Amino acid sequence: MERYSAFGLVKHALTGHKKWPEVWRSPEPKPEYDVIIVGGGGHGLATAYNLAKNYKGKRVAILEKNWIGSGNTGRNTTIVRSDYYYKPSAEFFKYSLSLYGKLSKELNYNVMFSKRGSLTLSHSRDDFDFQRRLVNAMQLNGIDIRHIGLAEIKKICPILNFSKDARYPIYGAMWEPGAGTVRHDAVVWGYARAADALGVDIIQNCEVTGINKDLQTGAVTGLETSRGKINAKTIGLAVAGHSTELAAMAGFRLPIRSMALQAFVSEPVKPVLNTVISSRAISSYASQSDRGGLVMGGGVDPYNSYAQKGNTPVLEEVLSGLIELVPSFSRVRLLRQWAGIVDYTYDSSPIIGPSPVPGLFLNCGWGGGGFKAIPAGGEAFAHLLATGQVPPLVEAFSLSRFKDARLVDEAAGAGIAH
Amino acid sequence: MLKIDCPWCGSRNEDEFSNGGESHLVRPEPPTSVTEDEWANYLFYPTNTKGPSKETWFHKYGCRQWFNVTRNTATHEILNVYRIGENPPEENS
Ligand SMILES: Cc1cc2nc3c(=O)[nH]c(=O)nc-3n(C[C@H](O)[C@H](O)[C@H](O)COP(=O)(O)OP(=O)(O)OC[C@H]3O[C@@H](n4cnc5c(N)ncnc54)[C@H](O)[C@@H]3O)c2cc1C
Ligand SMILES: [Zn+2]
Repeated sequence: MERYSAFGLVKHALTGHKKWPEVWRSPEPKPEYDVIIVGGGGHGLATAYNLAKNYKGKRVAILEKNWIGSGNTGRNTTIVRSDYYYKPSAEFFKYSLSLYGKLSKELNYNVMFSKRGSLTLSHSRDDFDFQRRLVNAMQLNGIDIRHIGLAEIKKICPILNFSKDARYPIYGAMWEPGAGTVRHDAVVWGYARAADALGVDIIQNCEVTGINKDLQTGAVTGLETSRGKINAKTIGLAVAGHSTELAAMAGFRLPIRSMALQAFVSEPVKPVLNTVISSRAISSYASQSDRGGLVMGGGVDPYNSYAQKGNTPVLEEVLSGLIELVPSFSRVRLLRQWAGIVDYTYDSSPIIGPSPVPGLFLNCGWGGGGFKAIPAGGEAFAHLLATGQVPPLVEAFSLSRFKDARLVDEAAGAGIAH
Repeated sequence: MLKIDCPWCGSRNEDEFSNGGESHLVRPEPPTSVTEDEWANYLFYPTNTKGPSKETWFHKYGCRQWFNVTRNTATHEILNVYRIGENPPEENS
């Protein structure tokens, strides 16, 4: 791998930028690997990178049915925060955010982490009191977050509608100064380049169509794919909204619903919004990209879907809510809209751990909020695949919690839908 | 925008309705002998079908009746609508 540097930029300028080496290889699949990861999203790629870096000597491959980043990791609204309520989630997301802070250096790839802070508004007395309770709990868990009043909100984000007779009057906000945005494609490409340099085979256009098991032991032996049979005794699934399909191939079910989550981007405008604003009461949020587009999102489309297209009632709900919050946005034109198929669990917490099939491991259930989890999720999943042991950081996120009634209910706790 | 044919009111836009998840779920009985696995399956494990999926829908801003819908989750096409207590149409024939 050629390291990226200012010197390298000058050197390549002299040859007209025509001699940059390829960023990762496109190898043919080998007949066998020690570990295979299905799904070339952020979680799959970060897992492969951590496996190759921390547990040397294993032959590792990633199988991706389209191109890497074609799933939710390339479709999300790039917000990274750690404002979760329960201790296991707080520990996990705090750690993940801290890893994002070091990721550009770690990967020698600029992931453009912009620590612009996240402002979550409250619109009623009840909403305000609920936020105070949340902030207290989060502070006890060591999250850097504050409950702030109108004067401070006005300083952070003057374009909000502060009038008393606004449709959604502003009472207060939770302010997480260390939150921000990270360029999603750069996370995909940075991990892919670093994993490839450590010997990981990234195999694109390779769809897994079947999971083979040993008849005697029931353990996994390998995969059927659109590019032939590929064997491995350790297999990790990181396929987000397609997790139940893959589980069905291995003969079990998962407590997951696949649903469409939409994002909306406006035409580019001059800088007007230098933070992330969101409102759980009206289920809308927005930030402004470096290019100038307003990147907006909200709640998930309210029924199961594999269609990867959003429906109009949610579009209207999200955008009409935002226009009430920031009236000047009403004159901005919408440029693009899309959806990703996300994997919701009942308690809005992820699943990382063993599956009912020996040798087959799960990384799923991130719903609409797993981009922020990629660095820590990849590290934990790599540990699991390499050692078979669940690291303490993710012990609470086992599949067995649904049977044992040990839910980590962030939907009720932090009011986090994603 | 989906058009849903309420068996009581006729065709209306989807934002008059809310989705109640998968239909024809049978609650395990009796509670004294239901295992943890059975409860977990009933409560948390949807089939999450890709393709024709049997669902309940509620006409929230209309007649406020629940009814059944078969909807293709891969295309959003609505295949049929039938009342609570009725069998899905293809199973009638
Ligand atoms: C609109 C939207 C906005 C979001 N906003 C945020 C946000 O602001 N902050 C945040 O933290 N999170 C956000 N998320 C959630 C986040 O994007 C996901 O949780 C995260 O990207 C999941 O990563 P992943 O690697 O698990 O899945 P993915 O990136 O979806 O990767 C899974 C991969 O598996 C592949 N695959 C599937 N089936 C097969 C098969 N049979 N064989 C081979 N490969 C297969 C897919 O092609 C896909 O590339 C958002 C999601 C969406 C859709
Ligand atoms: Zn009706």
